[in-house]
Amino acid sequence: MRQALCIGRKELNAYFASPIAYIVIAIFLLVTGWFFFSTFFLFNQASLRNFFGLLPTIFAFVVPAVTMRLLAEEFNIGSYETLLTLPVGFTDVIIGKFAAGVAFVAAMLIPTLAYPVTVALLGALDWGPVIGGYLGAVFLGAAFSAVGLFASALTRNQIVAFIIGLAVCFSLTLVDQMVFFMPQAFVGVLSYLAADVHFQNVAKGIIDTRDIVYFLSVCFIGLYGAFLVLKARN
Amino acid sequence: MIRVENLTKYYDDVCAVDQISFNVQRGEILGLLGPNGAGKTTTLRMLTGFLQPTGGQIQIGNFSIKDGLLEIKKILGYLPESAPLYHDMLVFDYLQFVADLRGIGAPRRLSRIRELGDLCGINEVMHQPIGELSRGYRQRVGLAHAMMNDPEVLVLDEPTSGLDPNQIAEIREIIRRIGKAKTVVFSTHILSEAEATCDRVAIIHRGKIAADSRTAHLKEALGGRSQIHLMLEQADPATVQRELAAVPGVTRVEVLEPTDGTIRLVLTCDASRDPRADLYRRIRQTDWTLLEFHQETFSLEDIFRELTKES
Repeated sequence: MRQALCIGRKELNAYFASPIAYIVIAIFLLVTGWFFFSTFFLFNQASLRNFFGLLPTIFAFVVPAVTMRLLAEEFNIGSYETLLTLPVGFTDVIIGKFAAGVAFVAAMLIPTLAYPVTVALLGALDWGPVIGGYLGAVFLGAAFSAVGLFASALTRNQIVAFIIGLAVCFSLTLVDQMVFFMPQAFVGVLSYLAADVHFQNVAKGIIDTRDIVYFLSVCFIGLYGAFLVLKARN
Repeated sequence: MIRVENLTKYYDDVCAVDQISFNVQRGEILGLLGPNGAGKTTTLRMLTGFLQPTGGQIQIGNFSIKDGLLEIKKILGYLPESAPLYHDMLVFDYLQFVADLRGIGAPRRLSRIRELGDLCGINEVMHQPIGELSRGYRQRVGLAHAMMNDPEVLVLDEPTSGLDPNQIAEIREIIRRIGKAKTVVFSTHILSEAEATCDRVAIIHRGKIAADSRTAHLKEALGGRSQIHLMLEQADPATVQRELAAVPGVTRVEVLEPTDGTIRLVLTCDASRDPRADLYRRIRQTDWTLLEFHQETFSLEDIFRELTKES
């Protein structure tokens, strides 16, 4: 566990030591800020509904971009070999890198706290859904980070890792809007798989174990998948 | 210290390492020699637990690689080929990260990094990103990384490749110094390096061990045998060949292409007696002009070429 912590800290430092972190955060803030405030005054409602409504789609793009380098870069420059011959196990590597990804997503959300503060100044803001929204955002970010880490374990090419991660996260986000193409039997299963639905539930301020279990399951499946891939590699 | 038995590795159905067995004692430096693609790197990767063997046993200290991998990693230092390290980290930060993972506590960490900085000569690049370092410095940072925990077993994959002659000498010196108390296994395809640094040499060819013995013994096995190179003027090749083959100790006379009235000869001699004095007397009795006369003993290089010849 101490080893995982070391790796996590190192990865998080690596994000902020290079320009990636600042570029990703800037783009994220620009996109969310624009989409949120361009319609905010038309609705004339003191809520962050629109912000959280867009978040899963934006995360589906941004989170795989954050996680794509975690393992693919190690494979590419070969540092994976030096890392793995230090006294660490696969679990330490995966947990450490996953934690760094989640911490980065959380750090990315911090500047957006300016939105609820601004909105609260303009009107009476209901803080319940806001807290739920941020909690859900962290869960969603964790789930997508796990998927992104799995994608990153599959290849040594960061672009490929990004595209795989994007495809999976995007499908998870939009699957509930595609169910009408599907046979009736699958509708229940597919709408349970939809990250968007679970996220919106939490963002309404209703914290249901079903939604939490969903996010934790996605995390677990992603991380376990990454574990199996690393194991198969040697 | 290290016991390897019937180690085998298949990549899909290509056999990279085929039933290798060897032992390394504490305080011994073993050089793994072999042509490119012989299976050196694969062997070292299995030794360090990075790759899982398809078959066979590896025991390091009291631990087997199957169920004591984490314990082995704790007493082992490994520098992979071409020192793949995180490019965007500063040298100091990187060494600190390694110390952290090795469980070296904060009070000891700084002094250990300083020690290694002195030992490997990297103090002046401590605050540069690894990606900006020259090849030689990066290799030395890699060496510092491998020695962080003062390892019982040090495994180095081609530690001197791509370095300039001064750096090579330095790295060899470091290896020799460590090898006095610890166990060192390293791979190389430079023979003089193995000759200069190792106590023992194992030659790997096509995934098998072609020879494994002390450096001195290996030379003796083919040693004693030598070649004498001659250059003569005003001589008839056929006569020379007949005359010199009759000298005791000469087993074979080979006449190379004659040019401008001079002929070159290569005489193969066996170990039983030194024919040089007899040869000289024989040549003096004729009216040939002797232009060149020198002897070469079989080097490790010849042994290597002989053992790894494509049949």
